[in-house]
Amino acid sequence: MSEAVTLPTRRDEAWRYADPDFLVENNAAVIGHWRTLQVPAGETRGEYTVHRSGATSEGMVDRLRVHVGKGGCFEAFKVITGGKYARVELEVTLEEGAHFEFGGVTIGGDAKTQEFVTLTKHDHPNATSNQTVRAVQWGKATGSFLGEIKVARHAQKTDAAQDFKGLLLEPGASANAVPQLEIFADDVKCAHGATVGQLDEAARFYMAARGLSQEQAQRLLVQAFVGDAFVELEDEKMREELLSATLEALENAAL
Amino acid sequence: MLKIKDLHATVGEADPKPILKGLSLEVQAGEVHAIMGPNGAGKSTLANVLGGKPGYDVTSGSVEFAGEDLFDLDPHERAGAGLFLGFQYPVEIPGVSNVQFLREALNAQRKYRGEEPLSGGEFLKLAKEKAALLKMDMEMLKRQVNVGFSGGEKKRAEMVQMGILDPKFAVLDETDSGLDIDALRIVGEGINSIMRDSGKGVLLITHYQRLLDVVKPDRVSILADGRIVQTGGPDLALRLEDEGYDAVMAEALA
Repeated sequence: MSEAVTLPTRRDEAWRYADPDFLVENNAAVIGHWRTLQVPAGETRGEYTVHRSGATSEGMVDRLRVHVGKGGCFEAFKVITGGKYARVELEVTLEEGAHFEFGGVTIGGDAKTQEFVTLTKHDHPNATSNQTVRAVQWGKATGSFLGEIKVARHAQKTDAAQDFKGLLLEPGASANAVPQLEIFADDVKCAHGATVGQLDEAARFYMAARGLSQEQAQRLLVQAFVGDAFVELEDEKMREELLSATLEALENAAL
Repeated sequence: MLKIKDLHATVGEADPKPILKGLSLEVQAGEVHAIMGPNGAGKSTLANVLGGKPGYDVTSGSVEFAGEDLFDLDPHERAGAGLFLGFQYPVEIPGVSNVQFLREALNAQRKYRGEEPLSGGEFLKLAKEKAALLKMDMEMLKRQVNVGFSGGEKKRAEMVQMGILDPKFAVLDETDSGLDIDALRIVGEGINSIMRDSGKGVLLITHYQRLLDVVKPDRVSILADGRIVQTGGPDLALRLEDEGYDAVMAEALA
């Protein structure tokens, strides 16, 4: 018998910034679908994705449930350039000594709603996780990162970090950070930080005084800003690909 | 080369405050012109207005640069036309390396002038040469723009940038502040070797004689209360050093 799937609403904490139109127009089976991935003990798996669904399409939801075996590693580096609603959700359960690495970038304008939602379950000791998310928005767009970390009672020596920064290129755009930490063990490190700001005016003028147009200066500053999300990605070619997809999305950005 | 005529400018958007009040000044090609003056006279405002910094409004007057109306050009176009603004407080740009920044800046300027871009190899060769001139380690240029640089290193980096960009005209705003004696000599000699040319000009804004001992100016002007109150030869700077602004200016206004 199939499990009854109910449609999420914005009353659910993890859906509070979701596009209500999208939730109404799509059926529960689409929204409720989860992909799954098992990472065998000691091995590494990765996902590297640019979510480009166009501005005219209603959007997309991609949900992935990952189980990382003992000493294994799952890394995800993802860029959301699409909309109108784009949601990438990761639920990662870590066994002893496993690692979860996540770098995410949302970048877009118009009225796009772009979000990363992660649930990291530290169910066993000595596991580590590191998440870096950057949001670059303009127009009336919103970029969000909802990151929940659960540390079980016996999951000692857990080391979990979350870092979010939002960059708003013009008034009207917004960014949300919702870190949620639920910690039942007493010997753990859990760090989270979130800031939202604008482009540095002083840096823009400095760059202009050296000959760079507003557009070039903005591109260089955004490149530096989102670069943090890809620092831990070792595959240089992949890093270049994700970065250029990110900067491509900037081309119709506000100046 | 640079002709400033009766320039009036204000700073601040909500409550504009007049800073430049009828400033006139001319710098010929081949000339180093020093501007000295007390705090609050408008020296940095002059530099910022010439560079086109947001927040500064020109209310009247004109500036002609190499035959063009400077105020017709956006800040990056002024750079492309050959104007270099040396910052009193060079800005840190985290995440952007000096090499990438300067290569993109130089090629943007070259494009503006209709010249071919430099390749990566050509650029590195040029950068290495200019860094050596200012006795700066090439490793510093691979680091992020001004991030973690000391005050002196930032000023030296400004001069390396000037060397690489090779402007026609440089406006240097208190390039000597924050420098120890050795760094001062290196920076001064850098200015000489990069900008001492019959086709180039320099507006050198400074508080002190010590930089002028190295970069011997052709002309010296005193800026006070938004105007040039006196212009003379290099001896004027020496007199200021000996007698102070008040005495020299009292005489000028008498």
